[in-house]
Amino acid sequence: MSETKKSDVTVPAQTSAPAEEREVLLKVEGLQKHFPIRKGVLQRQVGAVKAVDGIDFEVRKGETLGVVGESGCGKSTMGRVITRLQDPTGGSIHFEGKDITRLNTAGMRPLRRDIQMIFQDPYGSLNPRHTIGSIVSAPFRLQGVEPEGGVKKEVQRLLELVGLSPEHYNRYPHEFSGGQRQRIGIARALALKPKLVVADEPVSALDVSIQAQVVNLMDDLQQELGLTYVIIAHDLSVVRHVSDRIAVMYLGKIVELADRTSLYESPMHPYTKALMSAVPVPDPKRRGTKSERILLRGDVPSPIAPPSGCRFHTRCWKATEVCKTTEPPLLELRPGQRVACHHPENFEDQAPQDTVLLTAAKEAAELVSDEVLAESAETSAAVAAEVEATAEESTEEASGKPEATDKKD
Amino acid sequence: MISYILRRMIAAVILLLVVTAVTFAIFFLLPRLAGQTADQLAQQYIGKSPTKADIAAVKQNLGLDQPVYVQYWDFIKGIVSGATYDLGPTTAQCNAPCFGYSFKTHVEVWPQLTDRLPVTISLAVGAAVMWLVGGVTAGVISALKPRSFADRTFMGIALAGVSLPMFFTGQLALFLFTFQWPIFGRTYVPFTENPAQWANTLFPAWCSLALLYSAIYARLTRSGMLETMNEDFIRTARAKGLRERNVVAKHGLRAALTPIITVFGMDLGLLLGGAVITETVFSLHGIGEYAVQSIRDNDLPPILGVTLLAAFFVVIANFLVDLLYAAADPRVRLS
Amino acid sequence: MTELSKTGAAVGEPVKASSDAPTAFLEVRDLKVHFPTDDGLVKSVDGLSFKLEKGKTLSIVGESGSGKSVTSLAIMGLHRLGARGKNVQMSGEIWLDGKELVTADPDEVRRLRGREMAMIFQDPLSAMHPYYTIGNQIVEAYRVHHDVSKKVARKRAIEMLDRVGIPEPAKRVDGYPHEFSGGMRQRAMIAMALVNNPELLIADEPTTALDVTVQAQILDLIRDLQKEFGSAVVLITHDLGVVAEIADDVLVMYGGRCVERGPVDDIFERPQHPYTWGLLGSMPRIDRETSERLIPVKGQPPSLINVPSGCAFHPRCPYADVPKGDVTRTVRPELTQVGTGHFSACHLSPEDRTRIWTEEIAPKL
Repeated sequence: MSETKKSDVTVPAQTSAPAEEREVLLKVEGLQKHFPIRKGVLQRQVGAVKAVDGIDFEVRKGETLGVVGESGCGKSTMGRVITRLQDPTGGSIHFEGKDITRLNTAGMRPLRRDIQMIFQDPYGSLNPRHTIGSIVSAPFRLQGVEPEGGVKKEVQRLLELVGLSPEHYNRYPHEFSGGQRQRIGIARALALKPKLVVADEPVSALDVSIQAQVVNLMDDLQQELGLTYVIIAHDLSVVRHVSDRIAVMYLGKIVELADRTSLYESPMHPYTKALMSAVPVPDPKRRGTKSERILLRGDVPSPIAPPSGCRFHTRCWKATEVCKTTEPPLLELRPGQRVACHHPENFEDQAPQDTVLLTAAKEAAELVSDEVLAESAETSAAVAAEVEATAEESTEEASGKPEATDKKD
Repeated sequence: MISYILRRMIAAVILLLVVTAVTFAIFFLLPRLAGQTADQLAQQYIGKSPTKADIAAVKQNLGLDQPVYVQYWDFIKGIVSGATYDLGPTTAQCNAPCFGYSFKTHVEVWPQLTDRLPVTISLAVGAAVMWLVGGVTAGVISALKPRSFADRTFMGIALAGVSLPMFFTGQLALFLFTFQWPIFGRTYVPFTENPAQWANTLFPAWCSLALLYSAIYARLTRSGMLETMNEDFIRTARAKGLRERNVVAKHGLRAALTPIITVFGMDLGLLLGGAVITETVFSLHGIGEYAVQSIRDNDLPPILGVTLLAAFFVVIANFLVDLLYAAADPRVRLS
Repeated sequence: MTELSKTGAAVGEPVKASSDAPTAFLEVRDLKVHFPTDDGLVKSVDGLSFKLEKGKTLSIVGESGSGKSVTSLAIMGLHRLGARGKNVQMSGEIWLDGKELVTADPDEVRRLRGREMAMIFQDPLSAMHPYYTIGNQIVEAYRVHHDVSKKVARKRAIEMLDRVGIPEPAKRVDGYPHEFSGGMRQRAMIAMALVNNPELLIADEPTTALDVTVQAQILDLIRDLQKEFGSAVVLITHDLGVVAEIADDVLVMYGGRCVERGPVDDIFERPQHPYTWGLLGSMPRIDRETSERLIPVKGQPPSLINVPSGCAFHPRCPYADVPKGDVTRTVRPELTQVGTGHFSACHLSPEDRTRIWTEEIAPKL
């Protein structure tokens, strides 16, 4: 608990290095989901809610990809689109190398076994009139699968697997607490031995002590069954705990995608930094040292008309003209860390020629303590020097890239 | 907001056109499809033992020999701008809105409707006021003290109200208060002539009709209020230190009553098209009674007129309800 | 009205003579709130005591059903209103600024509500009336307790909206709740609660429905306003991060009772109750990287109808067998002092507690 103990906890080696070599299970490119807005007497389409607006990432076998972001950033929509519960309006989704972007219901049917979803609300997602047995065995019926030893036996095995008693087979959802219902939801998702499980806020409706039980359960199941998870959550502490790699979303875009250690210890996107600094740390001694806290001004802009250039420029304390005009591409600035920013933190500036802050940025900077500002200048300079000294090629590559990828947009 | 109103208005007009088309089809197309000739239709205007020439004349004058869509067009034109019929030696000017002539009495339909409309309006509005006040009050009291004596009593009466048919409660009221103890008048007097007499005569009818409806409203209000009073914003209102009666009236009722507006608009609209049984039971010469009489006589034009008038009231009521709802609930204005 | 005062003393126990004058601004003594239901008596709060001074923040922590929200409603006198409030059984004492509220005339409590004590709720969207403008709702809150014209109250509402950081307050005052973002709504809710300068502010999970960045803004705002108005704040939350951020004192509730209470530093550094350890161990941390498993509390929260005998936590406590005999199953532990202002209700001996905490729990966090 106390600070001195921290060093005693041996941080296990990141699994991300071998993960790089692991097979890609899910590959998403330029994924878009726009919801049309209709208005007026004729209900013409006057615009669109750009819930997901061009994102790329891949999920490797056996890893956990965490997706974080504030409400309205499109993370839940993304989850529903990659499981094809909703149709994308653009981009492509490949699952095990197969393009599943445009598969119809019949085409998706065999894939429904491999891709499963766990939902947030353990109350709303279980039909109150069905027994637990019938809920958990539904996937077998729908897919016409006859498990070894019969459905009932398999369901009871699943219930045991998620820590419920097999005798619960004939009970109804209302007899269970929230945590137990979430276990039932997990048992149902695992019935067909899926390869990919997409969990949308799997623990946010649960009490802290129960939340830990479910997190541990998901962890165990991953070890045991070799599952791959995409975990969508707003709680950055939970995401840090469960994920190997993490994607940070803002207004329908991924702004940073990195392995856990890099992201939490040296975040590069100012938004990531602000987001993490906002999480209250359960350590009263760190209160008062408000230096780390970055308060963001106002609210997230509307996804109907997202800001030009970098979407975060309206609230960023580092924003300059280029941020307003040019959308920064998601570049791998450091191995395993992709960032979409012209002026990243903890790294060399990508647009050093552009130094004049926007007015909004000056206002935003008032809420950011001097320590943060100084620190970021310092680290940027230090990293720049380091990078220059050690690897000249990579500097060239990194600074050369923005122009090259601008055309892509 | 303006776009919202416009959209609703256009929808209302389209709905009315559809209703006229369907009604017209039922009354004039179906008989033809069922094998009735234009001659047989024309014959109904003339009465017993018509001559061939008479039928042909009527057929031509009324356009019964025309294709159906032309007849429909003439019909709509008649409603909008009136029509002139060439009835042999004389011509008859049927002013807009023209719903044609009765087969039996050869009287224009529209003046008949306007004559009877005040009776129906008196009946419907009077009863509506009573059931709204009674039903909502009973519902609120029941909701504030669920399972109390008052709640059980009101809900018991409500159950009886919904279950008992009008021809029972109506006859009973008539028997008791008009014949047994003649407190109330027997013949309808227009409001403009003698308001006291007007109310006096209509009172038993109002009560019977209101009992039926207030039962439904009491239940609606009760469930609406029970739900609303458990809302978070009620807790907030109490946390402000508001008196409980203000919490109920300003915060609870406002939210609970808004959905009831919808039902009320529909019910009132329907009733204005004629309270068939009530008018018959209480011998009130309203739209409903006119409809019954015309149906008995197989008199198509008045039936068509009544149907369209009723549809008109329902559509208009719907339109008003939509506007009212938007005014009451700011969230509706967005969509 | 008389019904309500009767229920005040309806619980078998006689109301203790309130001769002992309160020593703090807010003092709750042996508060019990029980709800009779068809399934049995729900003992939501079952003997709770604490004190709170002006200018200080007390955090009440617990899981759903621990009684923390009922406690706040009891202080406000809100749980006795409405159809379900008629048969609430309540006993104990609540002293606010020298006035006793449990036995007070309900109308007197009503006059204090919103003026001396105010409350903000978890979900500002459902906590505001959807049909009235933000301005109207604030004006109403002000005019309940101040005999002023609507115009004056409106000016006050705009002033408050400005104070809580809502841009263009003169324009937004006429907006409806659904037109505000979540964060702005919670700001408006705070403006409404503070419009009468209450001396006690109760915040029930004020940031749970909000995003972290907005949560940071709101916590900051509450802290600033508290400094400015010097009010006492009761903050109810399940998030120990928020507690560490804002509280002076912490009260941990379990099964309707306080299991541990103390200054915030003590609670985080020297927690003295296995349930508190469980909460700390269940919580993933953003400030450190551990791939180790979380240490959850096993089992489910207790039913408030059949609260386990003895220590309510014993069925879930990993150390229930450490004290000799079946004391944890039969005897209800009382709060005992374990440090300055630090109390814990646990049968473990102080030595055992220290040993378990330092050797078994702390290293794993």
